[in-house]
Amino acid sequence: MENSETRADGEVDVSRLVVMSSRVRLARNLSGTAFPGWAKKADRQKSLESIKAVARELPEMKGALVRSMDEFTAIEKQLLVERHLISREHAAKTVGSGVVISESETISLMINEEDHLRMQALMPGLCLREVWAVIDRVDSELEEHLNYAYSPKLGYLTACPTNVGTGMRASAMLHLPALVLADQINQIVQAVNKLGLAVRGLYGEGTEASGNLFQVSNQTTLGERETDLIERLGKVILQIIEHEKNARQALMEKRPQMIYDQVGRAYGILGNACVQSSKEAMNLLSMLRLGLDLDLIQGLDRKRIDDMFLLTQPAHLQKHVQQKLTAEQRDVTRASLLRDMLKDIGRPKTMSFSSPESTDQGQQDRPNVS
Amino acid sequence: MLCDFCKENEATIHLSQVVGDKVSKVDLCEACAKAKGITDPGNITLLGDVLGEFGAGPVAADSEGLRCPACGFTQANFKKQGRLGCGTCYETFEPGLRPLLKAMHKGERHVGKSPRRVAVTKGSPERIKQLEKELARAIKDERFEQAAQLRDEIRSLEAGAKSSPAV
Repeated sequence: MENSETRADGEVDVSRLVVMSSRVRLARNLSGTAFPGWAKKADRQKSLESIKAVARELPEMKGALVRSMDEFTAIEKQLLVERHLISREHAAKTVGSGVVISESETISLMINEEDHLRMQALMPGLCLREVWAVIDRVDSELEEHLNYAYSPKLGYLTACPTNVGTGMRASAMLHLPALVLADQINQIVQAVNKLGLAVRGLYGEGTEASGNLFQVSNQTTLGERETDLIERLGKVILQIIEHEKNARQALMEKRPQMIYDQVGRAYGILGNACVQSSKEAMNLLSMLRLGLDLDLIQGLDRKRIDDMFLLTQPAHLQKHVQQKLTAEQRDVTRASLLRDMLKDIGRPKTMSFSSPESTDQGQQDRPNVS
Repeated sequence: MLCDFCKENEATIHLSQVVGDKVSKVDLCEACAKAKGITDPGNITLLGDVLGEFGAGPVAADSEGLRCPACGFTQANFKKQGRLGCGTCYETFEPGLRPLLKAMHKGERHVGKSPRRVAVTKGSPERIKQLEKELARAIKDERFEQAAQLRDEIRSLEAGAKSSPAV
């Protein structure tokens, strides 16, 4: 396979295929003033201004986007949510809340979300240690100028007691299509939960998993050192990757026609549909990505799938066509854009069904088109 | 399954929380869930509340009207919102929060990063001495998990006192 996921030894690095992104976020509050949810409007405004003033001077924030939430349109806010730069909760804020987002979008600060300061570093691939190093440095720089609410016993004090201590949530976004297809995902989720880690959907807490994307993160923040937690989370993620890898292998050995079929259908529908919901599109793109990982599709690169994935999201779609669209219009526009993006990609490999399989009986009657 | 609280209606809301090997479960009917202020079942802060770990028992009975001197936040506010008002609230509501934090987290004591200004003062010989005393007591009482945490904290403080702040 000719892509960046191929290592020097020629073997495909599965962790690059499975892990979409790694993120660490820290929650911090200013000492001596009420948390945003309880603060008076004037105090909130004051916290916003003082944090903004310090944050924009950071070396990492050269050329950053510095804005108050009331200066964004609804679509712009949604765009930031889809890029995982702000939370859905923060998108609902207006005057008195703001963002500082680095030019590369690696570092993002939400001011006056649930806490005075929520900062994150987000990078593609499995790189929890690196993102921790980035956000740790930003935090230390901010702390030179901001007096954080901190207690020696309880650590960083946060609005919600679930975040007190390190205030840290470390997470990775995983693409686990084979575990879903093999019906093993629930077992994995349960096992991960038992380790005190949470598995969530695409946009974090309370969101549904679509496109076979799952966010794995720590649930507790008190009584464990940041670096220890990151090591522990990293190890669990490597195990999940291993399970996904095994599930892919097992499916290709035992039920290859099912995989070929899923990938072929995804290609067929994405390449021909005229109305396409975002949910359906995401699930189909997930299958296309799996097809790419398994070398069943030629001429398609990961970058294009990622673009298709992002373009499928409502705000990105509307930004692309520079037009506000209703849900129905979006489904039509989405279908047309995705069709276009697949136009020059050849059909995926199909299987020869000369030897009948014991499962998926219906498949045998189909003519072989490869 | 009947609601754990009214024991009359069918329970339709099932909360469970796993921390380490501790599993807490509660099943409620819609009316009781509403009365307990559960609007978001994903919000685990409220679980301890429902289970009676916060706002129940002798401590809470005394502190029913408790109000944070720094920000005016009350215990009733916390029950409703599941969020605190300011940093001082952690001291104000400490007796009620302690079991909640214990159920929610891995440990009861912060062992991670600390701001540089705190790390400097925290690394003072007196503070380390005090922690060593706590450690000896914890070992004597066979509270080994806590002892391990204290040991880690002392180590990080000793490292922090010698060089730049502990990270």
